[in-house]
Amino acid sequence: MGDIASQLQQQVRAAFDAQTPLRLRGGDSKAFYGNHVEGEEVDLRGHSGVVSYEPTELVLSARGGTPLAEIEALLAEHGQQLTFEPPHFAEGATIGGAIASGLAGPLRPWGGAPRDVLLGVKLLDGQGRILNFGGQVMKNVAGYDVSRLMAGAQGTLGALLEVSLKVLPAPPKTRTLVMDLNRQPALKRMRELSRQPVPLSGAAWHDGRLYLRLSGAHASVNAWRERIGGERLAENTTFWQRLRDQQLDFFKQDGTLWRLSLAGNTPRLDCEQQVIVDWAGAQRWMFSDVNAHAIREQAAALGGHAQAFRKAERDADIDTFAPMPPLLLQLHRELKQRFDPQGILNPGRLFQ
Amino acid sequence: MDTADNNALRERLAEQFAEFVEDAFILTKNEELRPYECDGLSAYRHVPLMVVLPSDIGQVQAIMRICRREQVPVVARGAGTGLSGGALPLENGVLLSLARFNRILGIDADNLCATVQPGVRNLAISEAARPYGLYYAPDPSSQIACTIGGNVAENAGGVHCLKYGLTVNNLLSLQVVTVDGELITIGGAGLDSPGYDLLALMTGSEGMLGIVVEVTVKLLPIPERAQVAMAAFDNVETAGQAVADIIAEGILPAGLEMMDKPSLRAAEDFVHAGYPTEAAAILLCEVDGDNEEVSEEIARVRQRLLDSGATEVRTASDDAERARFWAGRKAAFPAVGRISPDYYCMDGTIPRKHLPRVLREIASMSEEFGLRAANVFHAGDGNLHPLILYNGNAPGELERAEQFGGRILELCVEVGGTITGEHGVGLEKINQMCAQFPPEELEMFHAIKAAFDPLGLLNPGKAIPTLNRCAEFGAMHVKAGNLRFPHLERF
Repeated sequence: MGDIASQLQQQVRAAFDAQTPLRLRGGDSKAFYGNHVEGEEVDLRGHSGVVSYEPTELVLSARGGTPLAEIEALLAEHGQQLTFEPPHFAEGATIGGAIASGLAGPLRPWGGAPRDVLLGVKLLDGQGRILNFGGQVMKNVAGYDVSRLMAGAQGTLGALLEVSLKVLPAPPKTRTLVMDLNRQPALKRMRELSRQPVPLSGAAWHDGRLYLRLSGAHASVNAWRERIGGERLAENTTFWQRLRDQQLDFFKQDGTLWRLSLAGNTPRLDCEQQVIVDWAGAQRWMFSDVNAHAIREQAAALGGHAQAFRKAERDADIDTFAPMPPLLLQLHRELKQRFDPQGILNPGRLFQ
Repeated sequence: MDTADNNALRERLAEQFAEFVEDAFILTKNEELRPYECDGLSAYRHVPLMVVLPSDIGQVQAIMRICRREQVPVVARGAGTGLSGGALPLENGVLLSLARFNRILGIDADNLCATVQPGVRNLAISEAARPYGLYYAPDPSSQIACTIGGNVAENAGGVHCLKYGLTVNNLLSLQVVTVDGELITIGGAGLDSPGYDLLALMTGSEGMLGIVVEVTVKLLPIPERAQVAMAAFDNVETAGQAVADIIAEGILPAGLEMMDKPSLRAAEDFVHAGYPTEAAAILLCEVDGDNEEVSEEIARVRQRLLDSGATEVRTASDDAERARFWAGRKAAFPAVGRISPDYYCMDGTIPRKHLPRVLREIASMSEEFGLRAANVFHAGDGNLHPLILYNGNAPGELERAEQFGGRILELCVEVGGTITGEHGVGLEKINQMCAQFPPEELEMFHAIKAAFDPLGLLNPGKAIPTLNRCAEFGAMHVKAGNLRFPHLERF
């Protein structure tokens, strides 16, 4: 635990002067995600520690290299949580990586993504400047929202030295219901429940079974559990954690793991072969024999997109992300140029 | 540019616009332009060069292409209810009104979203969604009049932000016309899209990065029930502590509002909400959810407030009483307007724990400047609206109120907060941006602007001060008497 900002700053400044590409890393638990980066390593793990946390303010600030597990344990002590239910994928995941990846767990449709809880950042940009945007307050409309721009940017605009996050009380009670249902009726059920004031906190379908998680006040969870029916999983079920961290057997298959992001009620795409449906239909994990181009076409035709999330070796050359329209890509390059004029920060990880 | 040049430019533009916009929607005469000279911040007024009211996206694109070619600045405008001068026109610029973009294009109940044109009123979305049991959560107080396009431009909030988020948390996608007249889609049908989060960058950018021409918002199921408790306190610090205690209890209120004695008395005199006028402060705490949840939580809230030292806690016995409790809060601004010739409304956000200090210092500034202050506070999210009472006709009072306001905003920055929580920077707080951000951050804002708009044609001069401007720091002013749409709730 410590503050190595000035050391990191020197490294980036030197790289800026020498035009040395850099590969930013935290715990490397999500190094597989995004396109391959060649560069001198910038290890952010040494820049670690919770900077401030007062539970009644509902705000936590931590250095980017702080282990995610440490933050979650601290929040749990005070009955609070990160509402985006960040995937860890492996031990050593950091809060900086959790934000930079932009990834969220099964709670996403109700709890939001990293961008939704990110209130402020301290950023080390591609010129080695340390810049502060946003702050530690919930409402702040002073200047462009540069903080949220960092969520999901995968370090291509700057290294996250410090992040301030909105945290919320953890619900008093959480229970999981399971029922045998085929895919289409399961999807229909998820959508129906999403439209009602049900305290849903997870809705997934896997291997012929619909999984519903309820979180909220005791009375509310109990009442809805009666109304919805189904089999009750043990309170300490690890299903959601294994789904979040891709530890279910499903994820151990050979081939490229695809992630489809779609409108929740989108019917089964032709390319969908082996599938787990999460986020009440809006996120689908898939293994498929269909070629990458066709997968992307099918998702795009319905307003969604497909990511080659974990690429099999034979697919190493596939771009992780769906191509952007030329105008949008041009804007991305313009923005990247402003934050990182030499193009040294995680070059190519998000787009070329 | 002198008048002759302006006249020539106006004619040239009008002629080009007339090729695709009906004459009735190209305004060039002074009497037609006057209504557009300001937004909700009427202390600043500029008659625009001209006003054009396109009716479809193609027209907006064509207008932008012409303005780009002629290098004429463009200010987009929704309902003009903004309080920071974000839609203040330019004398040498085109005012692009999106008033005719007023259609709800579709409600997709199954995907919990609505696609609307930017000129649709905030409340109209919830009204259209109601038959499906859904609503749009952000509820800025001007929601009966303000438009969703303006909400996006300002990242509008409301009283339910703590639980349901701001505009930025409730959007799925935008269609945006760029300064070059190109149409881009930001976001998509799913919950994320490839690349940077331009949806967040665009939200709150005050019309300086592009013109929003279509918005897809998230909808939520209408909660089964809402219940409010009102608690009285004999000092403000106890009330502040009670807020922290409720949060510590693990309760996430849908709304959590505080009023100090001057504001609660003014409100009580005005709307007879049933507030205890002897109290030093009151808290309104609303919880919502399903029946079981609300019953459980309101009981916990009530007990917690009593344990925290409330002298009295009342739970609304029915919807009418609940509406009455809220009516006082929602009428706080006009209520204060009744007891003072003018008032100046501030909009800072602070870390909640500093509330006692900030209120103490506001009280001592109040003595120092010889002006009364009333405070209303979105206590849940730390957004403070001090109202400075003054008489614009009394020599020197206006200037004192101005200095007082500036000092409050600087205090907000000093305790780790911000100069604007939800009203935007616009032109009003552009000087205070210099207190909020060092030069390198301001330069980065300008660089971002240049990435979208290299010639600086979109709403130039707003939101981000030039470094030169920061050299001349000074607060500006709102006069209550000039607040437009006085019938709208402001809180």
